[in-house]
Amino acid sequence: MILRLAIGSLRARALTVGMTILAIALSVALFLGVEKIRTSARASFADTISGTDLIVGARSGSVQLLLYSVFRIGNATNNVTWESYQDIKARPEVDWIVPISLGDSHRQFRVMGTTSGFFEHYKYRGGRALEIPVGHGLEDLYDAVIGADVAASLGYSVGDPIIVSHGLASFTAHDDQPFRIAGIIAKTGTPVDRTVIVSLEAIEAIHVDWQTGAKSGQTTPREVIRDMDLTPTAITAALVGVKSRLQVFGLQRWVNDYPEEPVLAVLPGVALQELWQIVGVAETALIGVSAMVVVTALIGMMAMIFSSLNERRREMAIWRAMGARPSTILGLLVLEATLMAVVAALLGLGFLYLGLVIGQPWVDAAFGIWLPIEPPSLRDLLALGVVIGAAALTSLIPALRAYRLSLADGMMVRI
Amino acid sequence: MTTPALALDDVAFTWPGQGGFSLTCPAFVVAPSERVLLLGASGSGKSTLLSLICGIVPATRGRVLVGGTDLGTLGTGGRDRFRVEQIGVIFQQFNLLPYATVIDNILLPLRFAPKRRTRAGVAVTEAARLCTALGLPGDVLHIQAGRLSVGQQQRVAVARALIGAPPLIVADEPTSALDAATQDSFLRLLFDRTTEAQSSLLMVSHDERLAPRFDRVLHLADLVNTERSAA
Repeated sequence: MILRLAIGSLRARALTVGMTILAIALSVALFLGVEKIRTSARASFADTISGTDLIVGARSGSVQLLLYSVFRIGNATNNVTWESYQDIKARPEVDWIVPISLGDSHRQFRVMGTTSGFFEHYKYRGGRALEIPVGHGLEDLYDAVIGADVAASLGYSVGDPIIVSHGLASFTAHDDQPFRIAGIIAKTGTPVDRTVIVSLEAIEAIHVDWQTGAKSGQTTPREVIRDMDLTPTAITAALVGVKSRLQVFGLQRWVNDYPEEPVLAVLPGVALQELWQIVGVAETALIGVSAMVVVTALIGMMAMIFSSLNERRREMAIWRAMGARPSTILGLLVLEATLMAVVAALLGLGFLYLGLVIGQPWVDAAFGIWLPIEPPSLRDLLALGVVIGAAALTSLIPALRAYRLSLADGMMVRI
Repeated sequence: MTTPALALDDVAFTWPGQGGFSLTCPAFVVAPSERVLLLGASGSGKSTLLSLICGIVPATRGRVLVGGTDLGTLGTGGRDRFRVEQIGVIFQQFNLLPYATVIDNILLPLRFAPKRRTRAGVAVTEAARLCTALGLPGDVLHIQAGRLSVGQQQRVAVARALIGAPPLIVADEPTSALDAATQDSFLRLLFDRTTEAQSSLLMVSHDERLAPRFDRVLHLADLVNTERSAA
């Protein structure tokens, strides 16, 4: 009955109560949303590379190497010479090695030169291999295999011509040597979706007529190029698999001590950990801000309860006359606040899922972060519990004032 | 001699704080089933006296006995519980929780008074019976109290005061918000139900025209001495 009356009391003040609930619900949705994006981003990153034991590139930071080689974020400061690549490849510990050459682009997507070994050895999300449901892999020199997002956003299908631009965000196109789309990779949720993959030799081929970053006057015919030696002089990075995991550190040390050239080998997992440490500060700040929004909403609720106290003194006098102790009135106010918080928490959860349903494809397309729609995690439920508990605690402050008021007023409100 | 419904014995009370209002009442007794009218203007200590009788505030000196129990021997929580067991209260106006249904309003005191609940029997049936007896329409029970007319609300308040037949009904100017015609029927209904429940009725009013209907009429000024101490 008390619960029914509390609900009745809240419904009677539907507008102010509704606004308060909305504010708390939105703050809860924001908080859970930030948390969701944070965990999903981590999962997306962690899922991007698996099965690769070492990433080798020019000496820079391990995070930087990881970012440009796997995530196509940022650029390489330097290249690794083909000779160094061959030396590493010749090491007995190496089971497989896949070279990667970056630097050109197609529209907003990056072009990556590699070997067919990439399709064999690159694994994502716990060991899943790339699949090419439409078309085939790299067979001809001018074959290009594109990621699912490239195909979807540019409307490409197998057999379409594709022209690679020189550099990133460049207006110089390799229009004399168009590629043909040979295959489209099934959606992976990794940066591969936004990559145009060509052979390492093709990268060489389109740069035949280029010297130190600028195009020279003549244009070598494609037939001539096909007959040329297209062995690259340098690559950007290489993905390495070792025969035995025990050999990872030995090989890493050997690469890092390589005397001919400054090269760096990193373990993807370790580099990811370093990345989290950097990103962690921003994450904490983001969580902190959204937690403050929740606190603000709760303070708003407290203000709402405070301002309602005066007009409710008569009501409290009735409660007192009907035998309610001041502590009952305190409990009633806390109950009302808790009810509001429960409704707000559920509504916030609803907003979150609504946002997920609407935002999921967009976030995936724009940032490559897949937000899975799944039941709330234990952490989410804990957060909701904390919000409800905090609401109950916050309401104690106005409730204590109501307690004192009702103690002083008794049944006779002297206004 | 039967135990009086209400007895005040050499009671004194001062509101705390500066310029406190103080009140003394040498003796006042209401017999069982007696109807007593207290006449007095506002500011004559009416609220203070009712607060003392209802155990909202404890007497500084002397004893307040309701149904033979000295309120001074009960704690704060005990007085709250005792009040709702023994006393039905009707205010001048705004008696009801406007957002609650009529039936919830009537049953509210029983929520805090187990003995009174037992006395009421099947509470919902009893509430419906009281409403019918008070001339309220049969479908009124599940309407929000705030939607009723003032006259209807006052009758619901009577039903709430009378449910479970508390020995003492305290009514604080219950008719002042009603027009003359409604006043008349309201009082008749109130008296009938009070008699039926064998409750004593203590009504406070400034309206002397009500006097002939009561067993005993007292002027508040004769009963209590009030004093507003200068700071």
